[in-house]
Amino acid sequence: MGSRVFLDVVDPWINWDWLSTHIPYVLAAVQEHLVLTAIALAGGLVIALPLGIAARRWTNLHLRPAVLTVFGAFYTIPSIALFALLIPYTGLGTLTAEIPLIGYNVLILVRNVLVGLDAVPPDVIDAADGMGYRPWARLIQVELPLALPAIFAGLRVATVSTIGIVTITAVIGLGGLGQLILRGLIESFHTPLVVATALCILLAFFADLLVAGAQRVAVPWSRPA
Amino acid sequence: MSLPQETWRWVTDPAHWQGIDGIPTRLGEQVHLSLESVAIGALIALPVGIVLGHYGRFGNLAINISNVGRAVPSFGILVIAFQVFGLGDVPIVIALTALAVPPMVTNSYVALREVDPDVKDAARGMGYRELPQLLRVELPLAVPLIMAGIRTSAVQVVATATLAALIAGGGLGRYIVDGLARSDNPRLLAGALLVAALALATELLLAGLQQVLIPRGIRLLRAPSGQRAATLKVA
Repeated sequence: MGSRVFLDVVDPWINWDWLSTHIPYVLAAVQEHLVLTAIALAGGLVIALPLGIAARRWTNLHLRPAVLTVFGAFYTIPSIALFALLIPYTGLGTLTAEIPLIGYNVLILVRNVLVGLDAVPPDVIDAADGMGYRPWARLIQVELPLALPAIFAGLRVATVSTIGIVTITAVIGLGGLGQLILRGLIESFHTPLVVATALCILLAFFADLLVAGAQRVAVPWSRPA
Repeated sequence: MSLPQETWRWVTDPAHWQGIDGIPTRLGEQVHLSLESVAIGALIALPVGIVLGHYGRFGNLAINISNVGRAVPSFGILVIAFQVFGLGDVPIVIALTALAVPPMVTNSYVALREVDPDVKDAARGMGYRELPQLLRVELPLAVPLIMAGIRTSAVQVVATATLAALIAGGGLGRYIVDGLARSDNPRLLAGALLVAALALATELLLAGLQQVLIPRGIRLLRAPSGQRAATLKVA
């Protein structure tokens, strides 16, 4: 008889009717996800690049072990714990989400900036010195461009990792796609949950491709691994 | 009274050290879930990584498992598993195992690949057959990197086990989720500090274990310690 029961207990994994009427809602979540990710990456780069360069330039200050230890310990602390630690002080909002995300990215990026700078061949440095480069100019104009492939590798790792962790900011009322996962959990409604998980994987995949593409443009002599 | 003082009082309150919502119980739950997941993950991942690395085949597969794995949001997998299996430990163990597998596959694959071909030649020349060569020559040399993979997985798993509280499970995440729900900041902060301390302790403990487990023969000629093939934060 009637195929629709009063309480339709069988919830399909994806309810296409719901999805087709909620596309703007899903896209808004994707947009929030991307904005949170972009801020975390930009913030990470803005801090990590000068830190890495300074640690390399002034080796006598022992910045390198200090930076790697401090951010390494920070990196080990789970994001949900850091969000919780910050809530009493910075409230529920973007700042609380971004402090941990940026901190994690600083470690990933600083490590790769240093690896990249370490890998500059001594012959190149000798040649630059012979051509009359001063230490700063040599660092910025010779060593940093040669470190770009390693920096891009770090940026790819940071990108994929950030897209995953952003889902957990749902706990503090943000979360982009994490908010859809949370809604799926609270309402026991499969569609937003499955769609958001799948979109997260897709976002990570395409963002990774995008950064790899940017590397091809910025560092044409290197092949992305 | 300031928040840090209130949090300190919360942690040192004897009432919070007993019963089903006490710190020892919650800590035990988190460690138990993590151990279970890392053990299951190791049983799946290590044979795959070791065999692929030994034969040097399907290297892209081993690396891609890790690349895809790190893009999968644990929170999503956790909730999907919860929808399928309902209340209990099963969903969290599934999500954590899925998290534990990729770094262990990649690291054990790389570990076996990086065994010096000359050493393998020498072993063959000394009359080792394939299996004894794998077990007695290649595996001992691969231990440092394999251990690094286990360590990476374990630290991520212990951290992510906190999410169990979101699907009505136990563990230290309980204090964070309940603290948020009740606007109970001392509870929230105490939970956060306990989780952070557990993650740091796991990292240090396994780093120490990694040093101890290095076979004596290769400790002498070792490269920098604490190396890892693929580390990635996912929680």
